[in-house]
This record gives sequence, structure tokens and C-alpha cells, in this order.
Amino acid sequence: MSYTLHINGQLVSVQAPGTARLLDVLREELGLTGTKEGCGEGECGACAVHMDGQLVNACLVLVCQAEGHEITTIEGVAAQARWRPLFDAFVECGAVQCGFCMPGMVMAAAALLRERPRPSEAEIVRGLSGNLCRCTGYRKIITAVQRAGERIASGS
Amino acid sequence: MNTRIVGKAVRKVDGEGLVLGVKKFTDDYDIPGLLVGKLLLSPHAHARIRRIDASRARALRGVHAVLTYADVPRIVHTTAGQGYPEPSPYDTFILDNKVRYVGDRVAAVAAETEEIAEEALSLIEVEYEILPAVLDARAASREGAPVIHDEPEAHVVIPIEYDPKRNIAAHTVIEVGDVERGLEEGEVRVSEEYTAHYAQHCALEPHVTVAYVDEDGRLVLVTSTQVPFHARRIVAQALGLPVKGIRVIKPRIGGGFGSKQEVFLEQICAALCLAAGRPVKIRYTREEEIVSSRTRHEMHIRVTLGAKRDGRLTAIKMDVLSNTGAYGAHGLTVASNAGSKVLPLYRCENVRFEATVVYTNMPVGGAYRGYGATQGAFAMESAVDELAERLGMNPKELRVKLHIRSGETSPIFAKLGEGKPGVAQTISSCKLGECIEVGAAAIDWEKKWEGYRTERAKGGRYKRGVGMAILMQGSSIPHIDMGAATIKMNEDGSFNLLAGATDLGTGSDTILAQIAAEVLGVGASDIIVYTSDTDMTPFDVGAYASSTTYLSGRAVQRAAEEVRRQVIEVGARLSGSKADGAVLEDGQVVFVDGRRVSFEEVARYALYQRDQFQIMGTGSYYSEKSPPPFAAHFAEVEVDRETGEVRVVKYVAAVDCGVEINPVLARGQTEGAVINGIGYALYEEFVFNERGRMVMDTLMRYRIPGTRDIPEVEVIHVPSYEESGPFGAKSVAEISINGPLPAIGNAIYHATGVRLRRGPFTAERVWRALREAGR
Repeated sequence: MSYTLHINGQLVSVQAPGTARLLDVLREELGLTGTKEGCGEGECGACAVHMDGQLVNACLVLVCQAEGHEITTIEGVAAQARWRPLFDAFVECGAVQCGFCMPGMVMAAAALLRERPRPSEAEIVRGLSGNLCRCTGYRKIITAVQRAGERIASGS
Repeated sequence: MNTRIVGKAVRKVDGEGLVLGVKKFTDDYDIPGLLVGKLLLSPHAHARIRRIDASRARALRGVHAVLTYADVPRIVHTTAGQGYPEPSPYDTFILDNKVRYVGDRVAAVAAETEEIAEEALSLIEVEYEILPAVLDARAASREGAPVIHDEPEAHVVIPIEYDPKRNIAAHTVIEVGDVERGLEEGEVRVSEEYTAHYAQHCALEPHVTVAYVDEDGRLVLVTSTQVPFHARRIVAQALGLPVKGIRVIKPRIGGGFGSKQEVFLEQICAALCLAAGRPVKIRYTREEEIVSSRTRHEMHIRVTLGAKRDGRLTAIKMDVLSNTGAYGAHGLTVASNAGSKVLPLYRCENVRFEATVVYTNMPVGGAYRGYGATQGAFAMESAVDELAERLGMNPKELRVKLHIRSGETSPIFAKLGEGKPGVAQTISSCKLGECIEVGAAAIDWEKKWEGYRTERAKGGRYKRGVGMAILMQGSSIPHIDMGAATIKMNEDGSFNLLAGATDLGTGSDTILAQIAAEVLGVGASDIIVYTSDTDMTPFDVGAYASSTTYLSGRAVQRAAEEVRRQVIEVGARLSGSKADGAVLEDGQVVFVDGRRVSFEEVARYALYQRDQFQIMGTGSYYSEKSPPPFAAHFAEVEVDRETGEVRVVKYVAAVDCGVEINPVLARGQTEGAVINGIGYALYEEFVFNERGRMVMDTLMRYRIPGTRDIPEVEVIHVPSYEESGPFGAKSVAEISINGPLPAIGNAIYHATGVRLRRGPFTAERVWRALREAGR
């Protein structure tokens, strides 16, 4: 089947069976390998992307479901200057160790910060609760999102 | 010591690329013609393959290779990525005509797509003769137990006790002093058995390997490994290929925690690649990762302590029964570490340690952060608490009285090594006493210890308690491990650092860059780090045994010192100044006469102008000792006596890891290890059905901590200076995973008066224990 997808602001046409996972289409057909696969069952959030601004796990979205929606991946967010403080905060705070969960964490954090520019700690905990990290113990990730939120909101 | 780069929170060299998703992991490599490799796993715990017919799978369109035991070399080896000769038994084949646990390999296919590969697997006809299985470590060596390794090839390559006919994968015993006499001399005795349970690493990136043959006909493996050089050696051995025909490249690794110190995917992926004549990738699913990779060895540990009424220990006896599962990977060494990384903590003249490692038809043990010390610490730290109770002492005071100090040694160091006697060492840096005091203050120990005990006697649904544990680990394996690094100077005055060391997410590339930059008088960003490529970098044993900062760091320091010598020499030649006393500073050579020469001038002179040569140095470091980091951990818990639920209210980890080369990265290691340990203590659990299948096979069932599960964790660095380490550093990565199980167990006891001697402390287990105790 042929699908026209709206990805990171561009229309792209892909050939795939309707049951293909959005995750595989992104990684294998479009070479967008920033989105990772950690479990393939919606538990770890490493494949998180935005669909019409909502955080979804790309392993649980079929390509046929993605058609007609705006999909943003880590590559799309990485190209947006407004998120620069978020990227910096992750690195400065030591929120990144192996980094495999990072693109998904960034997507979750960006979705949260768009809704709640200065989130409380409880809101961050909830906003990132679908993303697993085995390295950091989360504290530095939470701190990074807090710091990024303050910087983005204050425009510094 | 004044340092410019060491001790600073330098930005992780690969941090931004990882955050933005541009750094490549193995699964991100796009290789033309790449096939998907899939494995057929055994549904039986113990069976002989009577007949296997892959003809229908081979005939399927899009299938390029199908391998059964008949198609691969029958070469016995170990998957344990350890130094050669390995202390793990040679008991594994790429594929065998026998399966030894649910999840063992039966066959492998390489096909155009995952769907075709899966269909091909379903077309392989296997006739099993189901054999009786050993599903309990305690039953493994009983008379008449089924023999799991009855193949004649199974053997050990170093002189250690090995008796596969009795399912004994290893056995070791050491004694110092006279334990029986010590126990007689004791006035108080504790003797209890503790079980440290199975666990899985759950690195976010599952095991994944890509194999291809390059344009020179050499086999290239891009793989998520902690041990690229061992992987090269083991693949060469298992396939009967020359080492020179193989290149192993480690890209970014999505965590390992020991699971990737095992070489079990590389050889079969390589075999598929060679059979198909096409590149092949095998990537484990999460389910495969949980049921068919490696685990923390389950151990049953009896600790017997004899003590005088004032608390002095007269004897320590530790008996370990370790379940290595179907294969003996890391069996002996993990079990040995349950003693060698725990027993030296306590002053005692009479110590006996015995470990029996048994085969079962259960998931395979392996290296897992903590490496036996996790299991040993649970038993010992619980037993010390039980002793304190019997002595009527505050468990903190008892530990303060008994713990090892700087300038002291333990006879265990010399007696108990990894498959051979250990190496004697005197503790040169130990701030364990301070760790205990500052940690106790942070949790408010004295007040809570008395207060909650008084509370315990009263009724009420929620009960709080505090518990503690003291810990040690090592820094590399002495007289075994070696790491090397090369540094070369570029014409702009920057440097390439080529190191065998393996960054699996810990940040070691950054740590090594900081060490090189410190010696060379440049910024960390002037060091271009390239690591873990068997063609391009010098040897290193890899990332395990808490060795990278300490061992590989010293190798980098040596290489940098050699380069510094050459830079000064060239600078002196070109400037006419005297080399003596010159220092490197801000990318310049600064001579005693005040003259300065930039690195760019030095490099250009050396490369283009006179007596040209490449400014370059290689350093190797071989460890003579393994200085332990120390830690004191404290947990405060709240137990719901109606539901059995345990909530960690606060956790304190006070850690002496020597100098922190990078405080942000070092603390990140401690925070991560603590949370991993809390998951292990509270809910991470292997549950088996009656046929030996591990049923907690997804991240929904095998739950690991998420953001909602983390308590307040306070990490306190208690600095010491380790003379033998790079800029005073010791290791930090493993130690703190060992604390939560005993500290939380002790806190539950403090809260409820009920002692749990096996984890995890799930609500059900705690509830049952409370009911049994009538509380």
C-alpha cells in the first residue's frame, strides 16, 4: 500500500503494508533512526513521537493510523531552536547516560513543556511516567526538565 | 591536587548527539542487503533433539540461511567475556542437539524480512525427547538428578573444581584462621540462610549484532558489547576462524550492566552471515532479552557469625549455593565475589567461605552490576543486623566497631581471587567511617532508630523503620585486567585518543578525555575520543569489574604522559629553551625561562619541518591491586501492615569512590545503581511455571522502576585519595546496586519486627510474612 505521511513538516510517500508499525516505517523506510525500539510493546517509551502534538509510542501506531496526522519525531524536535534549552539541560544535568531512552524522553518532555511551560515536579513525574530509563534513576532527568522549563518560559 | 579538568562537570562528549538521537547504536546502522536473523528457542527446560528437519524453512522464499546444530562447527566454548584463559567452563556450542532451559537455542534463520524469518522458524520441525529437568538449585546435586552437561566436551581450562556429572559447575573453599574454634569462642551466634533472587538487567537497548563481510573478505561485527576484544577472540574460537579475520566495532551502547559482557549473539549472527553470504542483523526482542539472555545468579547463602558480647567477631562462615542455570558463564567468579567483595569489610581472624555453583535447567546467570557482591551483601548485611539485635546493639554502632580501616588488610584479599588465589593488598584509601557518619546524619539515624522502635510496639497500620548496609566493591581485577590507549597529536594541536575501553553509557569516553586533557594541558574538547574498535584501538579487557576509570584511566594517563614528554622535547628543540621543568598549559608549552610555544607550532614542526615524526604515545596499565570503593547506605521505609506494601521514604548513599573525575557522571552512577537496586529489592522478580518457563517476560510483568517509583535519594560523596588510581580515583559504577536489598530488608525489620530473608519485598511476600509472624 502507498501512504502519504506528514512527518516533521514534510509530506512523504511510503510503500508499506497497512499493518506496518509507524516505528518501522520511520526507522527503516525513512531512515529516521533517532526513534528507538526498546520493547515493542508500549512499555518503555523509547519510540515516543508526537502525533498531532500528542505523545504516542510509535511501536503501537500502524502506518494506516498515522496517515492524515502530523507526526513529529526527535529529528523534527532537534531542528527546532526553541528546544535548545531542553537539550542543553539534559546534557548539563547529567540526565543522559547510555542515551538510548533520550530521544523518547525529549519527546515526552517537549510534549509536557508545551502543555505546562513551568511544570511542577509531580507533573514532570507524570509526564515522563511512560518512559523507562535504566541508567540514571530519573532524578537528573526530572531536574533537567525543570531547568529547561524555567529557561524556556523566561526566554533565557 | 590542583586540577583543571579532572573533578569538573565536563559535558559528556557524546551527550548532545545522544539527546538528539543522532549518535548511532548498532540497530541504527543501515547496511545494504541486510537480512533479519531470528532464533528458534526451546519451549522445554531439558530435552534432546531427536530429529530436526529444516527443509521446509529452507525452501521458503526469502530465506537465505537456516542453521541447526548440524550446520555449525561443534566447538565448545564459554560465552563469558572474560580474560583468557577464562575461569568459566567451556560448556556451550553455537547450537547443540540438546536444549537445557526454556529459551535455549534450537535453530537460527536469516531472511529478507522479520515476517519471513518468523514463518521460517515455524516451519522447522523438531522432535524433542523431553528429559527430566532440574528446576531447583538445591536439588541439582542430589543423587540421581538429571545430568545437564553430559556431553564429553564440557571442561574447564584453568585448574578449578568442575564436576558436570553432579551438575557442579564450580566449587571453591577457603579458610583463614580456625572458624570452628572461632565459633566456639563466640558468646553469641547467628546462623541464617538468605536467598538473593534472580534478576534481569533490562538495558533499554536489547542485545543486537550486525555481521557483514567487508570488501577485503573480513568478518565485521558491529555489536552491543561491553567486551569487543573478548568478543573477537570468542567468535574466532567458536567459528574456527583466525582472529585477524575479524573486526569488532562497538558503536553507542544502550546500557549493559553486565549483560553485554556475554558473547552469545555475535557467534551465531556471524555464522548466519557466513552461511547466507549476506549481512545479517539479530536483535533480541524484549521477551528474548528477559528469558534468553543472562541474569543475576540466584544464590542461597548461609551466614554464620560468632561474636563476643561486645560485638567483636570471632568467626564468619559463608556458604554459598549459586544457581548458574543451564550454562556456567561467570559461575565461579560471581560466586567468589559474593565473598571477596563482602567479607573484607569486617575485621575477623577466622573466616571460612565456600561456594558451590550448580547447573540447573533454568535461565543462565551472568555478570550483573555488583557481580556477586549484591548477593553476598544481602546475606552479610542482614546477618550483621540480626547479630546486632541479639547483642542488643544499635546496628550502626556494631558496624562502626567492626569495619575495615585505611592501612589495614584482610586475609581474604590474598586467599580469594577469580578462579585462582587473590592478590594481597593493604587498604590505602578508606573513608567508610565518614560514610557511615554522614549517611547516618542525613537519614537522622539515631533519633529514628530509637523512635521507630518505640513506635513498633504500638499498633497502627503504617509503620516506619530505618535500615543500613555497608558496602565495598573493587576497581578492576588485579593481576588479570589490562587496558591500553594511544594518543596522537594533530597539526592543529588537538589529539586523537584511541582506547580499547568500552563506554556502554557510563560516560567513560568523557572520563578518559578528561584524564588526557588534564595531562596535556588542553580542554576536553581538544581530545577526539575513539574507542572500542579492534582494528583501530589498542587492547582493553572491556567494561566490567568496575575497571574503566581506574585501569583504562591509568593507561590513558600513561599515554598522555608519554605524549607530553614528546611535546615538550619538540617544543624545546624549536624554541631553544630547556625542556627541564617545562609544563603544558592552555595548549602551550611553558618553559622555565618564560618562553611559550603553542601546540600548533609544536605539531607543525614535528610533522613538516625538522626530524619529522608523529608525536604519539601508547600506555598500558595492568593492575597490581583493586582498591575498593566503600559506601554506607541508609533506607527509611514505611510498611503498610494491612497490605504489606513497602514504600521507601528516603534513601541515602554515602560513597567513597576516591576522587570523582566528573562529579555529575559519578553521582549519576550512584543514583542509577540505587534505583536499580530498589527495583530489585521491591519488585523485580523471576517467576517460573512448573515447566521452568519464566513467565514475567515483558516489561509489564517484569516491572522496573519508572519516574513514579523513585523515592528521595540523597547521594553524598565522601572524598578520599587513592594513590594508585588516576588522579586519586577509584571505581563507582557497581557498588551502589548492592545496598538497597539489605538496607530495605533491615528497615522492614526495624519497622515491623519481621525479618525477610528472601527478596523481592513485594506486598504479597511482606503481607504473608507479617501474617505468619502474627503481626
